[in-house]
Amino acid sequence: MAGSPASPGPAGPVGGRKTGPGRGASLSWTQVRAALPGAFRKLDPRELVASPVLFVVELGAVATTLLAAFDPSVFAWAIAVWLWATVLFATLAESVAESRGKAQASSLRATQQQTTARRVVAPSDTLASGTGLASCPTAEVPSSTLAVGDVVVVRAGEIIPGDGDVVEGVASVDESAITGESAPVIRESGGDRSAVTGGTVVLSDTIVVRITAPAGHTFVDRMIALVEGSERQRTPNEIALNILLTSLTIIFLLAVVTLQPFAVYSGSKQSMIVLISLLVCLIPTTIGALLSAIGIAGMDRLVQRNVLAMSGRAVEAAGDVDVLLLDKTGTITYGNRQAADLLTVGDVTTARLAEAARLSSLADETPEGKSIVVLVRERYGMGDRTPAAGAPDHATPATSSGGESTAGTAGAGGADDLTGAEMVPFSAHTRMSGIDLPLPDGRVRRIRKGAGSAVQRWVHSTGAPTSSGPGGTVAEQLAAHVEAVSSSGGTPLVVAEQVGEGPARVLGVVHLKDVVKAGMRERFDELRAMGIRTVMVTGDNAVTARAIAAEAGVDDVLAEATPEDKLALIRREQAGGRLVAMAGDGTNDAPALAQADVGVAMNTGTTAAKEAGNMVDLDSDPTKLIEIVEIGKQLLITRGALTTFSIANDIAKYFAILPAMFMVVFPQLAVLNVMRLSSPESAILSAVVFNALIILVLIPLSLRGVRYRPSSASAMLRRNLLVYGVGGLVAPFVGIKLIDLVISLIPGIG
Amino acid sequence: MLTQTSVLTHATATQAVGEVASQAPGVWLAVGQLVLLLLALAAVHAPLGAYMARVFTSPQHLRVERAGYRVMRVDPDAEQKWSTYLLSLLGFSMASLLLLYGLARLQQHLPMNLGFSVFDPAGAWNTAVSFVANTNWQWYSGEAAAGHLLQMAGLAVQNFVSAAVGISVAVALIRGFVRSGTDGRVGNFWSDLTRTCVRILLPMAFVGAIVLLATGVIQNFDAHTAIDTVAGGTQHVLGGPVASQEVIKELGTNGGGFFNANSAHPLENPSPFSNLFEIFLILVIPFTLPRTFGLMVGDKRQGWAILGAMGALWFVAVALITWAEMAGPGAAPLAAGGAMEGKETRFGLAASALFAASTTGTSTGAVNAMHDSLTAPGGGVTMFTMMLGEIAPGGVGSGLYGMLMLAIVAVFVSGLMVGRTPEYLGKKIGRQEITLVALYILTVPFLVLVGTALAIALPAGQAGIQEAGPHGLSEVLYAFTSAANNNGSAFGGLTSGTPFYNTALGVAMLAGRFIPIALVLALAGRFASQKTVPATAGTLPTHQPLFVGVLGTVALVVVGLTFVPVLSLGPIVESLS
Repeated sequence: MAGSPASPGPAGPVGGRKTGPGRGASLSWTQVRAALPGAFRKLDPRELVASPVLFVVELGAVATTLLAAFDPSVFAWAIAVWLWATVLFATLAESVAESRGKAQASSLRATQQQTTARRVVAPSDTLASGTGLASCPTAEVPSSTLAVGDVVVVRAGEIIPGDGDVVEGVASVDESAITGESAPVIRESGGDRSAVTGGTVVLSDTIVVRITAPAGHTFVDRMIALVEGSERQRTPNEIALNILLTSLTIIFLLAVVTLQPFAVYSGSKQSMIVLISLLVCLIPTTIGALLSAIGIAGMDRLVQRNVLAMSGRAVEAAGDVDVLLLDKTGTITYGNRQAADLLTVGDVTTARLAEAARLSSLADETPEGKSIVVLVRERYGMGDRTPAAGAPDHATPATSSGGESTAGTAGAGGADDLTGAEMVPFSAHTRMSGIDLPLPDGRVRRIRKGAGSAVQRWVHSTGAPTSSGPGGTVAEQLAAHVEAVSSSGGTPLVVAEQVGEGPARVLGVVHLKDVVKAGMRERFDELRAMGIRTVMVTGDNAVTARAIAAEAGVDDVLAEATPEDKLALIRREQAGGRLVAMAGDGTNDAPALAQADVGVAMNTGTTAAKEAGNMVDLDSDPTKLIEIVEIGKQLLITRGALTTFSIANDIAKYFAILPAMFMVVFPQLAVLNVMRLSSPESAILSAVVFNALIILVLIPLSLRGVRYRPSSASAMLRRNLLVYGVGGLVAPFVGIKLIDLVISLIPGIG
Repeated sequence: MLTQTSVLTHATATQAVGEVASQAPGVWLAVGQLVLLLLALAAVHAPLGAYMARVFTSPQHLRVERAGYRVMRVDPDAEQKWSTYLLSLLGFSMASLLLLYGLARLQQHLPMNLGFSVFDPAGAWNTAVSFVANTNWQWYSGEAAAGHLLQMAGLAVQNFVSAAVGISVAVALIRGFVRSGTDGRVGNFWSDLTRTCVRILLPMAFVGAIVLLATGVIQNFDAHTAIDTVAGGTQHVLGGPVASQEVIKELGTNGGGFFNANSAHPLENPSPFSNLFEIFLILVIPFTLPRTFGLMVGDKRQGWAILGAMGALWFVAVALITWAEMAGPGAAPLAAGGAMEGKETRFGLAASALFAASTTGTSTGAVNAMHDSLTAPGGGVTMFTMMLGEIAPGGVGSGLYGMLMLAIVAVFVSGLMVGRTPEYLGKKIGRQEITLVALYILTVPFLVLVGTALAIALPAGQAGIQEAGPHGLSEVLYAFTSAANNNGSAFGGLTSGTPFYNTALGVAMLAGRFIPIALVLALAGRFASQKTVPATAGTLPTHQPLFVGVLGTVALVVVGLTFVPVLSLGPIVESLS
């Protein structure tokens, strides 16, 4: 995106906060103990009725308890206890999932301490003008009384009292309380880095902030609500799945309720306890119990990666995304152009060109300049150290993939003697930069680099023959190089030198190019396998854009893109029925962010962008869009896998319970007792116990999400059907048999 | 039909001993007729499928159709919203129901009544519902209760239009899948109904009737005449327009026989060839509609997948019933040397099994053998095949939309496992869609289980049961399964011509037909108004064998889990005896 901050690093897992207990996937005893009170509270039928499956189990538990109380037996009590355990395991799953967000919420709450704000007291038109506010008189008020539109002054060392936009000044701000990132960030008025968050600390300078969110509705408030799950609403697919589970529950309710008349007709009237056990075993308790935990854990996985989804709906939509709009700069390429090659003309040696390019760049603080120094050092072994002049050669582009060599031998001798050298900074007028070096013989060596036409104009101005003269071949070579570099998507930088007052001559061309981040091509291949089309968005011209797109392996390009183009592209894709995801940070990205189905705003971005998107990435890493899509898919797969598992389980339960119910009257049904369970009571109890324990066993999986590896839909379906479908068919046969072996030892049952 | 009053006398176990003494030729006969049948179905599949697709997409009206529209005062080009489509359909069916009820109640006073008296109110209700709902459950004996006018103007007409209603609903659902971002218009009911009758059913029935005539099926307007037989006894030779009614009975998956013995009667089904041809007629439209579906949605592979699932379930049913009947488990068949009780010697075991699987797999319900006399596992399979919801391959139209509803359930569960919210043919399965599908899936099991439970618990229901024990339960279960699924075949044994059963089964037939239709049309409307999502590599592929497997498994598991408890007290116990 335009004006994007430098990305923190190459694509890859971004270290979020690892604070707080229980962020791992396994279920520890401390975690369970902490979640138990919540689990018991959730047994409240008024809350449970939202999940019909669990509500039916609870009704069954109440009924069996009453039956056991009036007609006590070991079997009746055992069933009653295990039905309660079934409900409790279900509420425990949800409670554990919620507790994972609680730790984070409490650390966020710490930032919400009451502070004193320095509110500017001025007429409203002065406030609106936004200038000269720093010098206005201020009144100290509690931060909780600030209203939208108030203007406050924050000095170094003070906590910013509320969410707002910087209207005056520039300051470095410590946002670690929210992002977990310790390095301070710059916040300044105007532009795309004006948003500040309440609770963060100004480290230097003074800024004037206009408050944009009332107390209690700030970004941190929303974050707390989100991570705690207190505002959690069921997502569309979760609701739809719940409807399917409810209808399955009704079907099984029908099957069990009507079974009694058939049993009476057949002369084998069943006890209520047995019928309730059958019902509970058949209805999809496993997925019913874990459904909300899966949803909460999905949001939590995003939070762990420092992404805040403003709604669960957005997480689900992420799984459905068909088109990813990725900004070239910072997402696909490192933010800056880097020198990639040196091309000489005429009889100039590469060493000569390299030396000249390096000298002219030593004092050049731009990333391009630094990259030339690095290239020359790494490829031509020049100037590993610059002890003589102490010129700023230590600079290495932060994003360089190569390590900085420290054990260097001196390269080109005393070439680094920059004593007396004069830097010629880049100017819009000359469109060149360079250096004037005094030579030992008193003459001056002038080296210039810049755009081809500008450098050539300078060369001609020194009296060098024009391209039609004897130097024609050089000019042709130069033109060919410039053309080649341009057409490959790079930027040609022409280097020329003039010694003394003689005619200047062109040495060659430095090939500057956008460097595609490592591993991007593989990620795009994965996305393609998942059926997601990637579109690179860039302000570059079409030629450059296509070259980089080809190198990175994206599917499509939007070149010379304006924010309107972006919005139009999203609308076009959506009109075709596709879901679009994008990341953005600027105010002019806001309409596109709002239009996209998944809009990830960078935390460094403007308030407008953050409000338009439905997710905020605290790390401001646009590459994370890909991870967000994967998390969305993993959430949906986990739901589907456990639903399949849950339904497949029922087959074994029939083999356990039906023979147990009717073997007395129809001994031939013993054939169906394939597990050879020891007695009818132990068979039924074993099925009930398995049904409860499987919830407990699957809680870690539901919190972690099923294993997800990007692949085609059919490959994924085949694998998951095998693991969760066939696995769900086989597991209960083994489990019920094992439980039966133990239970049959209990007197009164076995 | 009532088997105990059957005119059928040939099929006794003793006569059959010789026929089944050696099994090997029987197996070859079974395979041979199956291959012949499949070849015939395969030959017409593509051309008939394409023809039907053209019928429902062509903008042209035939002259005779235009005349019909003028009489009905409808505009065939006016696209209807799903709700209007449904109201038209319900209005038409209600009118048909009243007409049939009137014909049955007033039969005595109408011409060509052959001297038969009126139907009682419960019986007339049952018969009217039965034929309007494409069920053709017959509590009465055709040759002993229904005159030619009722048969031809009432029942035969319904055999055409009730079948056309089913096909229209399926076509409306297909249009729902095809259309994108409209306001829920799914076609014109009157046009669909008329075109199905005029362009598909009538021509096919005409050709089919001529073939049947050639095999010896009768077609006349004679009353029943008594003749003296060579042996000196008196036999009633029956007359009537049988061939014309027989053909649509099979073609429209109706199943209501002209005679009580249905396709076991020699004048309805004289020879092994006519038998195979009738099975062909039963299966041809249900097995071809997936092709029409594939063509209309613009992806023939989707049609193959649906056909694959239908065919696999049907094939398994054929194989199981054939095995059950030929292996003949049970004491009586063992003593007799073969399970020939209730079967025609001129067809034999394999042809009876093939017919039984096809008539229950489609919602036809015609029979060429008494299902009550099938072996216990064989009878259980016919019941289970109906419980699948008539999708293997199902009734005309209803089989396709029933399978598509199950496909949506299959997509809903397995679609999540590829990491996207579920979609089928580019339509998202959201909250409202899954609600409609869930209600569809619930309706028939509700009718079957509650109906059977009531019948088994109430004295009025118990009175009709012929045999005690598990078989008695099977009789009642079969009746309600057959009625609610609009099959219409009877297990026999059960005395169902009582006011209780006539009323209860009538309710089951009516609700089992029109509630699902309403839900399917509502879903069609939802889909038509949804935007179509383009398929990508990340979309669940619904045309691959893997999905066919998932679809078949979902059908078996959902139905199995619902009905296994009651089946375990009926056919399963019987089979294990």
